[in-house]
Amino acid sequence: MKPYKLALIPTALLAMTSFAFAADVGPSDVVFADGAVAASLTGVAGDAANGRKVFASRKLGNCLACHVNSDMPEQSFHGEVGPALDGAASRWEEAQLRGILVNSKNTFDGTIMPSFYRTENGVRPLKKFTGKSILTAQQVEDVLAYLTTLKE
Amino acid sequence: MKTITKSIITGGILALSLGFAAHAGEDATLTVNGEITLPVRAAAPAGSPLPELFSGWVFRSTETQAMQMDDFDNPGMIFVDQAWEAWSTPEGSAGKSCADCHGEPESFAGLRATMPKWNDEAGKLYTLEDYINESRVKHMGAEPWKWSGGQMTGMTALISLQSRGDVVNVKTDGPVADMYEKGKEIYYTRVGQLDMACSNCHEDNYGVMIRADHLSQGQINGFPAYRLKNAKLNSVHGRFKGCMKNIRATPFKEGSDEFRALELYVASRGNGLVIEGPSVRN
Ligand code: HEC
Ligand code: HEC
Repeated sequence: MKPYKLALIPTALLAMTSFAFAADVGPSDVVFADGAVAASLTGVAGDAANGRKVFASRKLGNCLACHVNSDMPEQSFHGEVGPALDGAASRWEEAQLRGILVNSKNTFDGTIMPSFYRTENGVRPLKKFTGKSILTAQQVEDVLAYLTTLKE
Repeated sequence: MKTITKSIITGGILALSLGFAAHAGEDATLTVNGEITLPVRAAAPAGSPLPELFSGWVFRSTETQAMQMDDFDNPGMIFVDQAWEAWSTPEGSAGKSCADCHGEPESFAGLRATMPKWNDEAGKLYTLEDYINESRVKHMGAEPWKWSGGQMTGMTALISLQSRGDVVNVKTDGPVADMYEKGKEIYYTRVGQLDMACSNCHEDNYGVMIRADHLSQGQINGFPAYRLKNAKLNSVHGRFKGCMKNIRATPFKEGSDEFRALELYVASRGNGLVIEGPSVRN
């Protein structure tokens, strides 16, 4: 497995993350079908509680930058660039949500939403992010586990 | 400062709970010192991708807006005062000051509204910073100022102030046509790990909240801008740099051809708005 995971995850989170790196599907090996990704990226069940933290963290998912989420009233600022994620899991299958997280552009053509598990995003990335995905495979699975709790 | 930060925060929460009308202050009027009325919206120029132009002032909280409505409350004016002093202070091997060649700053009335523009003698696109540094080096025999240093932003503020209320009218054809195209390309190119172009935020999403920030059209008619965040005047290129870093992109250098081109393109997107510099932003 590529060492980039280690560099990206703050130590506190690292402690919570699975070490089953060898089993991870690399960002360029993810298999899409119609924008959806059926297989887990890690083979390790996602941790919804950690996913909730990654979702809110400005340094990690920062999903709140663009999405309102009524499940997080404790967070004061919810952006409104994208749709509210209330009930997202009632609108999308798990595999579709994984696909949206890994590479949103496969589902929404030309979307502003970043692709969270992809290494060739925009040109001129800052050096420290070059060749790195925004989230690790396990963080994607964790956010996914959290998203599946958002039912109407 | 504390109360300001606090009121900005409540403003954000309020906006959220109200579901947010497209642009909060769209009908607010920017009157400075109770006497100078500056239009904050304008018809989009021909070929513009925007339906209408809005000054960045429109998107700020009521408290931040108020600071720009009185020159005594506008912290940017402190730096204008300092630049007033620098204006008539001789410097460099020629022992000359700006005043020796240009008289009063008022002699630059209207200039800012046309910047950046083609300089025939130099054979390149010039920003206000270029003119200032060229004068310092060539005519005063002094060191050039740092692009976004306090002396430079103070001087660009003093000069911009002489054009306050003048309608932005930046030329995009003739010798600058290539730079215009280059700037346009940069504006629409997705950069950085977050994979976004200027247009994703400032064209497609102005008027909405991106977390705690109310997105504007990213206009530069109010520059240099005093920001509460860093308590100083910020140059146009400094702002571009900040936005690029936020999307985790390696910014171009201040004063680079890329940022000159981008400044020309962005300035021209604001043709029709009026010069407000120095503005106040969060
Ligand atoms: C910079 C903005 C931005 C960020 C950051 C962002 N999104 Fe999105 N997202 C969007 C937009 C916009 C859409 C709607 C698709 C479109 O029209 O482009 C969307 C769509 C979605 C959808 C489908 C929603 C629906 O119900 O149709 C999901 C699920 C989603 N995002 C999850 C996330 C998660 C989880 C994160 C963080 C890990 C995230 N987004 C971060 C902008 C963003
Ligand atoms: C992720 C969203 C995002 C992207 C992409 C982005 N900006 Fe910004 N920009 C902001 C935010 C947020 C602000 C502060 C609020 C506002 O004025 O919109 C801002 C402010 C500005 C301002 C100051 C406007 C004022 O009136 O004070 C300018 C100018 C600007 N941006 C230009 C650019 C340019 C040029 C690019 C591309 C290189 C760019 N931005 C990319 C989010 C973004």
